Amino acid sequence: MTHGSGARRTVGVEGISRVEGEGSLRVEVHDGAVTEVALDIFEPPRYFEALLVGRHFTEAPDITARICGICPVAYQMSACAAMEDACGVTVDGRVRSLRRLLYCGEWIQSHALHIYLLHAPDFLGCADAVELAEQDRGAVERGLAIKRTGNLVMATVGGRAVHPVNVRVGGFYRAPDPAAIAALREPLLQARDDALATVAWVSGFEFPDVVGGYRFVALRDPGRYPIESGRPASSEGLDVSPGAFAALAVEEHVAHSTALHARLAGRDPYLTGPLARYALNAGVLPPVAAEAASAAGLGPVCWNPFQSIVVRAVELVFACDEALTLLEAYEPPDPPAAEVRARPGFGTGVTEAPRGLLLHRYEIDADGTIVTARIMPPTSQNQLTIEADLRRVVEAGLDLDDADLQWRCEQAVRNHDPCISCAAHFLDLSVETR
Amino acid sequence: MTSPPGATARPSLAVWKFASCDGCQLMLLDCEDDLLTLTGTVDIVHFTEMSRSTTAGPYDVSLVEGSITTPADAERIVEIRARSGVVVTIGACATTGGIQGLRNFAASGAYASTVYAHPEYIDALETSTPISVHVDVDYELHGCPIDRGQLLEVLTATLAGRTPVIPGHPVCHECKARGTVCLVVAENRSCLGPVTRAGCGALCPAVGRGCFGCFGPADTTNTGSLAAHLVGAGAAPVDVSRLFATFNANAPAFEQEAAAQGGPVPVPLGDHRSGPGGGR
Repeated sequence: MTHGSGARRTVGVEGISRVEGEGSLRVEVHDGAVTEVALDIFEPPRYFEALLVGRHFTEAPDITARICGICPVAYQMSACAAMEDACGVTVDGRVRSLRRLLYCGEWIQSHALHIYLLHAPDFLGCADAVELAEQDRGAVERGLAIKRTGNLVMATVGGRAVHPVNVRVGGFYRAPDPAAIAALREPLLQARDDALATVAWVSGFEFPDVVGGYRFVALRDPGRYPIESGRPASSEGLDVSPGAFAALAVEEHVAHSTALHARLAGRDPYLTGPLARYALNAGVLPPVAAEAASAAGLGPVCWNPFQSIVVRAVELVFACDEALTLLEAYEPPDPPAAEVRARPGFGTGVTEAPRGLLLHRYEIDADGTIVTARIMPPTSQNQLTIEADLRRVVEAGLDLDDADLQWRCEQAVRNHDPCISCAAHFLDLSVETR
Repeated sequence: MTSPPGATARPSLAVWKFASCDGCQLMLLDCEDDLLTLTGTVDIVHFTEMSRSTTAGPYDVSLVEGSITTPADAERIVEIRARSGVVVTIGACATTGGIQGLRNFAASGAYASTVYAHPEYIDALETSTPISVHVDVDYELHGCPIDRGQLLEVLTATLAGRTPVIPGHPVCHECKARGTVCLVVAENRSCLGPVTRAGCGALCPAVGRGCFGCFGPADTTNTGSLAAHLVGAGAAPVDVSRLFATFNANAPAFEQEAAAQGGPVPVPLGDHRSGPGGGR
């Protein structure tokens, strides 16, 4: 295959690696112009929105956790929030703090996984973290240590790191023992130091000069960086309730292996995730994270998607610091869960999964049986924007040879940490992509 | 074992994904302290979640996550089996069909039309089936998710050419071992511990909730006796049915008991707006 003006050129990646789930991408270039970009998903659908119908509303957190083994807490938290909304219950105080601590564990685990094992190898010319460890074993060990601490937080609060067992609608089955929470302090102090070293490390990478024009969407939670609650907001002034956002974010199912694409008001693609959260909430980062961002050269908004790894590292600092703040103040919630009685109606829950905004909406009947379910994961919201990024990356990289351009495209997809396992339950499946 | 360790090269390990959540293969990356030791012991030659490099095989050991839900995947697993010395399935999806196996009880086409505006774009099977329905499997490791320690045991045993030491007894043993008071006896709570395979460490009873069977049936079970006890203690049959029909709904022992209690989830999709309680 040749490249250069006048030639027809196809860049394809059969199985995108170092993402969660199975997808492929295809870019067509004709006469130096990008004619087609497609991020194809061949992850088989699992029909969660169908299999939830007829289940009891208290089962939603455990069932939807199984959508994603990387971010099960996000699914549990959005499911709980939606059911509590449906039943008219507000969960606050100690239970909310404990949820935030559990969620910090997931951010730490997921961000460390993405930065060290999935994303950094690209910047250093390595096929994977094993090859990276041959170059720089200390870096990989640091990443694995941070990840282990994230898992430790999840196991301590949630009972298990993958698919935690301690979460229920209303709160928790059992409040962790204060001594167990206090024991997280030392590992988290180390993880925060390691996270600061991570920011310094990744901010020294070379970044392709690509600038995206994004419509950012993230939660805003007064005075706090958003994790387990907040109102959906956008860089263009949107500020709505979760229920109103559910009505505004319209998903389409289109042919030829494109995804259920979410658009605002059925029109505008948008981006959720670290770049969006940072753009809308940088002002409320705690000092240690804000200083790390500043030292890394990040302005108030980061427009280069390749630098999302720096923003993710800043969020890693934040999540460690926030977990430390929460554990210092920890008092076991008593009771560990609010009582939630079923009442017929609709409920919406939105929280910030590590890779972006995750929306659940359910209708339940008087005895608590789920009547309808809708789940909108971050990746289906980001898919149109990822494709737009790919177009920009190819246009800026036409001088690269095919192998390098292909790698650059893969990297551009990984910039947004897509979770295809999550998204695929809502995405088209086409045999043409195989 | 087709390729004894120490022969010429390090044994090769491949990791494959079918319909699943990635959580079981994540257990490999969650080995953290042991991960770099593992990668120094075996050649991980195909693991899409971890690496962009791959080889065409053959593979000494293949770990398989997920269930078969599409015609293309039904063909792919046959090819993987042909290129693999040992096939180990990991997790509830691969060993019993997983949570997505609930579709096996639904009316034809109901699930696709509930989720997708254009079900005609979807090329999926009406069923979610375990890997063992399609090819010979050398070892099955259960759990939703699998236990990291058990995964390392299976890998170690496979590489050493011995049978993995994985218990087939119920979760109750683990509750007793960790000194957790029985929720069924002491608190009259619903718990599948007496019929569920051990391996998690009895995590749920330890936080005060009944086991929900994510490791699937133990080697020998008496689900009828347990279900009768739970219903006798006041649990609604529909709730007992749901409990059996969740993450391992197609495991025969659980499927039969869910059916005996009136389930699983007999909701006529598409007709589910018929009124309050209409889904039952």
